[in-house]
This record gives sequence, structure tokens and C-alpha cells, in this order.
Amino acid sequence: MKSSITKYIIGAIVVAVIAAYAIFSSNSQNNGQLAIIPPLPSLPSTSSSSSSGGSTASGSASSSGTGQYKDGTYTGSLADAFYGQLQVIAVIQGGKLSNITFPQYPSNPGHTIDESRTSLPVLAQEAVAAQSANVNIVSGATQTSQAFQQSLASALAQAH
Amino acid sequence: MKETRILMGMPISIEIIDAPGGGSADERRRTEAIAKAFDYFTHIDEIFSTYKETSEISAINSGRLAREEWSPEMELIFTLAEETKRATNGYFDIKKADGMYDPSGLVKGWAIWNAAQLLIKEGFEDFYVDAGGDIQAYGRNADGDPWTVGIRSPWNVQENVQIISTAHNEGVATSGTYIRGDHIYDPHTGAAANAIISLTVIGPNVYEADRFATAAFAMGQDGIRFIESLPGFEGYMINNNRIATKTTGWDNYQISNI
Repeated sequence: MKSSITKYIIGAIVVAVIAAYAIFSSNSQNNGQLAIIPPLPSLPSTSSSSSSGGSTASGSASSSGTGQYKDGTYTGSLADAFYGQLQVIAVIQGGKLSNITFPQYPSNPGHTIDESRTSLPVLAQEAVAAQSANVNIVSGATQTSQAFQQSLASALAQAH
Repeated sequence: MKETRILMGMPISIEIIDAPGGGSADERRRTEAIAKAFDYFTHIDEIFSTYKETSEISAINSGRLAREEWSPEMELIFTLAEETKRATNGYFDIKKADGMYDPSGLVKGWAIWNAAQLLIKEGFEDFYVDAGGDIQAYGRNADGDPWTVGIRSPWNVQENVQIISTAHNEGVATSGTYIRGDHIYDPHTGAAANAIISLTVIGPNVYEADRFATAAFAMGQDGIRFIESLPGFEGYMINNNRIATKTTGWDNYQISNI
């Protein structure tokens, strides 16, 4: 009888220690809200990197350097963007790429999963509606595709 | 002055508002600062690009580089990745199913933020850095107003579906499946998280916005609730049926048609 009480007490102590550690470690993680962003590492010199910015293994184009391109507006080739055809227009000003627009863009992102059953009782929902394109900057996930790279590369090839 | 370059596999745009009456000396200062910021992205790409054989991350993934030889930047990103994995209940994981490390989802926002700090250090107050649609804006636009940011329609690139303004130097990031295909995966199931097609997050800075947008997107339907649970963050989630779900504070940033 006595030994089982001892076991119980030892067990309780072990649980308490584990709980204390868990509380301590979760407090010390600050939950990711305020990650400290470190200072900049030292930068490479301007002269050494300007010549190395050319086409890379990932197939990207580069407009590094001044006056690399002739000023004008260049339309890229149509490229297969998985959901449809994508095309870009590159605007060159002062020899540099200054803007990119899309005359052609896939109209159907494709998935057909039915989500009408979804309910989020707390958060407001609304039908998506088109707004003005007259903004300073655009946030979106479009400009990272292979098709984008292809069409842009063909537009820039014309600007040489 | 605005310039766009293709680096890290995406267009990166930097615009610095011209100082009134600044003249040619001012213009040269802006040109040099923008070049310096682009050099920084090139430098980061050379360390973290999984597409480049010569990058440090490729050397690590192929077992050519021992941990003691890692650069301080690499150590830092792995530390931040660990912290982010914990903060997102494991949804943000730089270790892929094949055992390789791909920290690009974390590096992007971190590099944008650092490039912006570089421009601040150079003395600029009104500018933005936009890398592939993830944005850190500071100060005011050319009209002296807060920067306006459109959320691109997943269905029509010419259209925005929301317009917000960043009056307090917030960061904005969008994760999505469109165009690139299902590029973000749920590490718990290995399945594509494709029920939601776009999720935009506003956060205290672009590093925070980007990493939580990426993780929340992988959570599917629950992603917007996760953003709701984070103080200082707002989100706008869009599904295939053209229905958006927004966090309770989103409308404080939203501005009506302009």
C-alpha cells in the first residue's frame, strides 16, 4: 500500500514538471507574432553583380544594367498557363523594364469542387465583385508561372 | 521612379516617389538605391535558389555542405523556419515530402522586408517593394495619399476584387493556386490545398504577412480562421464559387471604388 502511494506521488511530480516545462517553452516562443527580423547581411558590390544577372538555370530573363533594352512596348508570345493561354506586354522606358501588363489571361482557373456547403458562422462572406484597376500596386499570385516567364522572355527578346 | 526586374523567378518592382524639386542629384540617388536593392535580391537568390546548382541551398540539399559551413543567412532562415512551423501548427514546413529543403516561401517575404529596410537606411520614406505580388509599402504615393493596393481577381488579371490602403506601412501578401497550379501543399496530408483559390493577408510587415498567408492557404477552409486568430492580421479568402470570406477587421483597410 505504501509503495503505491509513493508511485502516485512520484507520478504527480513528473506530470507537474512536464506541465511546467510545456508552459515555460510555449511562453518563450512568443507564438510567432513578433519575430525579430535580423539586420541586413553585407551586400555584394554593385559592379560585381550587375554582370551576373543574366539568364539563369530557372529560365528567367533579367534587365539589369542601364539601357539594355530599346524603349517601346513589346508583346510576348502566347504561352500555355495550365488553365489557358497567357500573354504579357512589356513596357521599356529609359532602357529598363518599367511595367508588365496582361492582354491575354486564362479565364477559367478550373477547379470544380462544390463549396456551397461551407459555413463560417463568425466571419462575413460576400460575393466577389470587380473593382477599379486604378491602384498603385497589385497583390496576387499570378506572376510566378512558367508561362509568364516564357511570354515575358519573348517580349524582351524583341526589345534588344 | 519605378523599375522592374525579373529575379528569383518573378518580377520585382521598386518605386521610389520623386522628391519635389530634387533635381538630377536626387534622381541619381534613387537610381543607385534601387540598383542596390536589386543587388540584394540577386545576392539572396544566389544563396537560396533551389534552381541553381551553385546555390548554398542546393549544396545543402545534395549533402555537399556541412552545417558548420552554413552562412549566417542560412542559419537564420532555418531558425525562422522552425519558429514559423511552430507558430502555424506545422502547416508551414520548408522540408518537402522528398526530404529536400525549400525555404523560398519564407525567404521571399524576408528579402522584401530587408530590401525595404535598405531603402529606409538610404533615407527614402515614400516607396514600395513588390516581389511577385507580395508588397511592402512605406509612406505615401505620388499624390501624398496612402498607397492603394488592389487584390487581383483570380479570374481576370485586368480586374481587382478588393482595394485596400496601407496607411501604416503594413505588408500585404497573397497566396493562390491559380496560374501556377497547386503549388502549395498541406504537409499533414500531402494533398493539394485547392479548395480555396486565393488568400490575401495584411500584416504588420510583409515578412509576417507572407509567411502566415502561405501557411493559412495550406489550411484550406480553416485558413481564414487562423488569420482571424492572429492579432494585427487581417485576411480576405476567395473560393471557386466566387465567395469571399473576410476577417472582422478587414473592412478597416478596404476602400470603396476609386
